[in-house]
Amino acid sequence: MNTDISQQLQQQVVDAFEQASPLCIVGGNSKSFYGRTVSTQTLNIESHRGVLNYEPTELVITVRAGTRLIEIETLLAEHGQMLAFEPPAFSPAATIGGTIACNLSGPRRAYTGAARDYLLGCKIINGKGEILSFGGEVMKNVAGYDVSRLMAGAMGTLGVLLEVSLKVLPRPEKESTQFFQCSTEQALEKIHALSQTPLPLSASCFNDGQLQIRLSGTTKAVNAAIETIGGDTLNNANDYWLAVKEQTLDFFNTEKSLWRISIASDTKSLPLQGEYLYEWGGALRWLKSNETAELIQNTVAAVDGHACLFRHNHHGLFQPLTPGLMRIHKNLKQAFDPANILNPGKLYPEL
Amino acid sequence: MHNCETIESSINKTELIDALQAIVDNDSVLFETEDLTPYECDGLSAYHALPLVVVLPETIEQVQSILSLCHQHKVPVVARGAGTGLSGGALPHEQGVLLSLAKFKNIIHIDPRRRIAKVQPGVRNLAISQAVDQYGLYYAPDPSSQIACTIGGNVAENSGGVHCLKYGLTVHNIQQLKIITIEGELLTIGGSGLDSSGYDLLALMTGSEGMLGVIVEVTVKLLPKPDRAQVLLAAFNDVVKAGEAVGNIIAAGIIPAGLEMMDKLAIKAAEDFVHAGYPLDAEAILLCELDGTNEEVSEHVLQVRDVLKRSGATEVRTARDEAERLIFWKGRKAAFPAVGRISPDYYCMDGTIPRKQLPRVLKTMADLSEHYNLPVANVFHAGDGNLHPLILYDANVPGELERTEEFGGKILELCVEVGGTITGEHGVGMEKINQMCVQFNSPELSQFHAVKAAFDAQGLLNPGKAVPTLHRCAEFGAMHVHKGKLAFPELERF
Repeated sequence: MNTDISQQLQQQVVDAFEQASPLCIVGGNSKSFYGRTVSTQTLNIESHRGVLNYEPTELVITVRAGTRLIEIETLLAEHGQMLAFEPPAFSPAATIGGTIACNLSGPRRAYTGAARDYLLGCKIINGKGEILSFGGEVMKNVAGYDVSRLMAGAMGTLGVLLEVSLKVLPRPEKESTQFFQCSTEQALEKIHALSQTPLPLSASCFNDGQLQIRLSGTTKAVNAAIETIGGDTLNNANDYWLAVKEQTLDFFNTEKSLWRISIASDTKSLPLQGEYLYEWGGALRWLKSNETAELIQNTVAAVDGHACLFRHNHHGLFQPLTPGLMRIHKNLKQAFDPANILNPGKLYPEL
Repeated sequence: MHNCETIESSINKTELIDALQAIVDNDSVLFETEDLTPYECDGLSAYHALPLVVVLPETIEQVQSILSLCHQHKVPVVARGAGTGLSGGALPHEQGVLLSLAKFKNIIHIDPRRRIAKVQPGVRNLAISQAVDQYGLYYAPDPSSQIACTIGGNVAENSGGVHCLKYGLTVHNIQQLKIITIEGELLTIGGSGLDSSGYDLLALMTGSEGMLGVIVEVTVKLLPKPDRAQVLLAAFNDVVKAGEAVGNIIAAGIIPAGLEMMDKLAIKAAEDFVHAGYPLDAEAILLCELDGTNEEVSEHVLQVRDVLKRSGATEVRTARDEAERLIFWKGRKAAFPAVGRISPDYYCMDGTIPRKQLPRVLKTMADLSEHYNLPVANVFHAGDGNLHPLILYDANVPGELERTEEFGGKILELCVEVGGTITGEHGVGMEKINQMCVQFNSPELSQFHAVKAAFDAQGLLNPGKAVPTLHRCAEFGAMHVHKGKLAFPELERF
């Protein structure tokens, strides 16, 4: 599938700008639960798709934003490569545009980096309907402000992603997951001790009294690391990490609110009622809880962390910003989208 | 040498000095010519100017008061770290304050469990790695000036180094920043976790060249030191083959910690200087460093040796021990000063290209070298396509600097033409401001100006750097033909 509808998309944005009529940007509609609800006319980018450039030896792929994530991952796998931020898809329809706009990363994130870390460049339509390119297809590029990375996590509020260039990495030759029965405290202690050594760690997850640690690298390196860290080897480890990433583990099957808490990795148990799942060496905590948003966000803010209502009755809620940061955010929104037409209110009511 | 943007301040020099002396002690405000001279340039000495005044605060509150004062009276502010930058980013503004962060040199806190260090902006890059060495950790980005350059400047420039391909740039290795806005407001960007809510201001600040705010604290991420590092040296009788070998190593699924290339002139200069034992008959050498666990390095060394030989290397050496590894690197790390010994002056460029374009770029550079009658020594961060051509010239020969700058400009334009960028790690600063007109079109530059205005509406922070005005581009006459359209049709040409 290879279609270019950039002119059509641009015209829609120009029209919306002229009429000051807001647009809700939609790709595969796989993450509509994430962020606040925008109920306006949709701008559908899903059919703006296709791989524009893939150079395995340059470690770069450039794709149109509507290209399905699964299509990209399949192509990369054919060449022994991968998106190292291991993005969740939540649906086979997920697009790379939505993935980057949400800046969501999977289990490997704590060890190899986030979606934004692999974003080398992008082409966008800003809120005035101008098509602009930033960054590029090279690893090192400091010409101009890093507008590309600014798009990652902006949830479409600053621009409509048309194309993205991503750094890709070789797939590890071998992966193995070891597990340990332990308490929360013991799990945090163990993962911190290991994280200070040069072992080839690539994921960690603690839930329900069991710590899982994934090792990735050459066969000999992984085998040696298994000897070092001990524990038992998990069968069907690929399925396990897929379930963590795609949130199909039993833990995620809940009627309660699901909170995503980004916090210092060694923070002790938070004084918030609910059940927890720890990822990223303790730096990412999923909390199922009926506590109020105010209590959760205040508690997390007190330890310099950020809590986001990830899923609850199809809407989300981000950690409030300080007044100084909100002022800069509003100014930036104005700089990219002066008529406030791109996903207004998706991230914060003011943006 | 550069055109200062004219800014009408509502305060004269004497009043400014008085006001600054009310904020910091008298010794921390410099205004006599002999005291200002050491600040007239950064690492790019071809550009120099005296600031109105230099101020050296030592607390965050003082920086807030200084910026608030400058904001109130519309005084330009240029922040400066160690002044090792290579693009004139810290070039003073003649009507402005040069804000030195040199007194901010404390490591505030090291947390080995979280693998972070909270440091003041004036802490030297290498000092961080030295301070955390006792925990088996290090800070990965290692620009060649790491002995002297400071972390505040590294963030402002998004500095790289020889280990970028595997370990990333500054933007990948910091977690939180404290900055002061031009209004004097303290903002904390990022959190204690790996990500935070809202826009990625951490990325926007990194590499913003002092245009958006003044960095007063940096939390860096630390990595465990690898068990082992091993370096291979391969010689080639053809630069193109060396370039292909780089692609072949990556195709084998190996990401080296460092992958550097030098051409014949650079090899000779380095060998004469440090006697690293480089093969002088080679057209190019590759240095390939592999790090990780013992087992991984052992496997990769064998694989890379094989790939290099299959790629046509005439000789492949593996450093026998740590001492030899350091000698192999010494030649590369001393390449710039080594070239400095064989030529009265040299001009270092910093373009990045898709690696497959290397043969074309090298050929064109050789043609340009002949055209301008100026030799070029080539040193590349080959793994990530970042070129550092060094143009050899003599500033005492009338017209030679101008020819060199023109030649350099052509190299940067060539990098853009083949799909690369005018700067990989040194920044735009004052030096590459004209080539920005080649890389970006008018709406893109306008978007950059709008970003700038979101932080600094009056344009007081580092005026005239990093992003050219549209008029400047029209004057430069780059005439960037973007998809058949002239870049600035709305502007007059003069």
